[in-house]
Amino acid sequence: MPNSLLPGGSGLPQPEQTPLTPLKRRQFLQYAGASASVAALALAGCSKKDDDNQPITPVTNTEVGSGDAGVLNYVSAVKLVTSAFYTALREGNYFKGLPTSNSAEKQILDDLEKHESVHKNYYKSLVGANSTSGLKQLETDFTSLDFNTRLTAPGAARMGVLNAAMLFEDLSVAAVNGSVRFLTNPAALFTLAKIVSVDARHAALIRDLVSYNSFVATDVVDVFVPSSTTPGEGDGTGMERLKTPTEVLTILNTYLKEGSKITAALLV
Amino acid sequence: MDLLKLISDIEQVDPEVYERLDSRRRVFRHVSGMGKTLGAAALPGFMSMLFNKAYGQGSATTLPAPVADVLNLALQLEYLEYHFYAIGLGSGTLISAADRPAITAIRNDESGHVKVLRGALRTQAFSASDPTAAAFDYTAGNRFNAVFSNAAMFYAVAQSFEDLGVRAYKGAAPKLLANKTLVETAFRIHSVEARHASHIRTLRRGKAAGVEGPAAAQTPALASNLAERPKSWVSETDSGGPAAPFTAPIYGAGTPAVGVASQIYFPAEDNYIQNGATTLTGSAATPEIDSSAASEAFDEGLNENKVKDIALFFRSAQGAALGLFQ
Repeated sequence: MPNSLLPGGSGLPQPEQTPLTPLKRRQFLQYAGASASVAALALAGCSKKDDDNQPITPVTNTEVGSGDAGVLNYVSAVKLVTSAFYTALREGNYFKGLPTSNSAEKQILDDLEKHESVHKNYYKSLVGANSTSGLKQLETDFTSLDFNTRLTAPGAARMGVLNAAMLFEDLSVAAVNGSVRFLTNPAALFTLAKIVSVDARHAALIRDLVSYNSFVATDVVDVFVPSSTTPGEGDGTGMERLKTPTEVLTILNTYLKEGSKITAALLV
Repeated sequence: MDLLKLISDIEQVDPEVYERLDSRRRVFRHVSGMGKTLGAAALPGFMSMLFNKAYGQGSATTLPAPVADVLNLALQLEYLEYHFYAIGLGSGTLISAADRPAITAIRNDESGHVKVLRGALRTQAFSASDPTAAAFDYTAGNRFNAVFSNAAMFYAVAQSFEDLGVRAYKGAAPKLLANKTLVETAFRIHSVEARHASHIRTLRRGKAAGVEGPAAAQTPALASNLAERPKSWVSETDSGGPAAPFTAPIYGAGTPAVGVASQIYFPAEDNYIQNGATTLTGSAATPEIDSSAASEAFDEGLNENKVKDIALFFRSAQGAALGLFQ
């Protein structure tokens, strides 16, 4: 097939047609087992915005909702874009040019495509297993990425494959770390933990491909600077930097088409 | 006066106001039921009581015992790791110039985690003073006698510690759910441990192929030798890990090993059943997602007692006197 991903080319990778359900409380309660976020919902329902009878978000955007269901919808959206990215890059010249044997980068990108696909389908099964209506189709927009180039310099017009992989993996981890505080269901929390550490492993390796030994660099970790040889004495925490849902979605929405963008007005 | 609007306004300056109120759930329910109907005369006193409870010091500084227990286990594991890397960095040429930046960064991260966990535990920390390196036996009872002179052995143990740490934090996280700050802290440490594990695995692939530095990241994993040339993530059970059979429990099942979807249980790392359903796709002849990919996509947790059983091998007599990993 002609390469549809050349700069200025008319074709784009097939948009990912995965349903992302808006807040579906009944379903959420089935999954969450009627947990304690009812109180949070009650408060949310009494906020100023609601009193003014204003819709919380424009109708063209998908609101992920609150509580456990909201978090699962939210991380599902991050995962959907990430998974679509690893599928789309396979049509680009960079990936196609990798040797079929004894190439670490080929092996890594094959693995990541599979892992992210598993994650995407798993979250989809949790948030929308029995949905038959009210589905929102999310369509990705990767026109700002250059699938023909392995790595582009900072500030380049379009990001290369490894730049984008690093962005999506770091973003996936920061998104989960920044949304666990909204969970009330232990099984949902455990699920996120099982997935986020795999994403962190991905992120570290991609970063080591981009710049060796940058796996815990200061842009992703609040680096600890020791002031003595006594453990714990120094500045910083050694904890990963998190991103709030609002911060994450500002980035994520640049990879979603108009009409497919996400809001998380209740995850604050 | 709309009480809930007031709380919403407070949220503008204190984003954690709901959390403060929510942790006093009885008070909170009281508000939900009465907020809009309280008489004007009663309101000031009620408000005062409410916010004293939300913001007062009270007894909120004492962590419940199960929470303190999991944080103390995490803290002990951080000391285990910190001293391991500190000794390694002080052991002549054990750690090459190419790897010193990474091992220094990892040691510093562990030190930061010690600080964070001590800050959370305060007087509930297992020990008022820091355990020294003498509290640990990094040979694991003469199994790894060359651990600080043989780089391959050093990094094999390093991978074991990091992979174990990832499973330990994951297993502990559900117990911290009621405290949003602590669960967030645990997650933020957990993902850093996973980054460490990934890098050590990458580095080991390179060492096994005779290269280091950026070339390590360009070294493919060998499915036929995952012990020495692992992927940066756990594939199946990695053939028992870097020093099988001793390291096999790090990748094996915990307790309980089986359960139903809504429960927290701890299968071995080769598990591919998630939330009661298989994650395999395709057919046996032409798999799309095979058992390797499916197991790699999820890291599994490990229960506290299983983590302690493994960590106990690395405790010296002095560590035993301190009660480490008990």
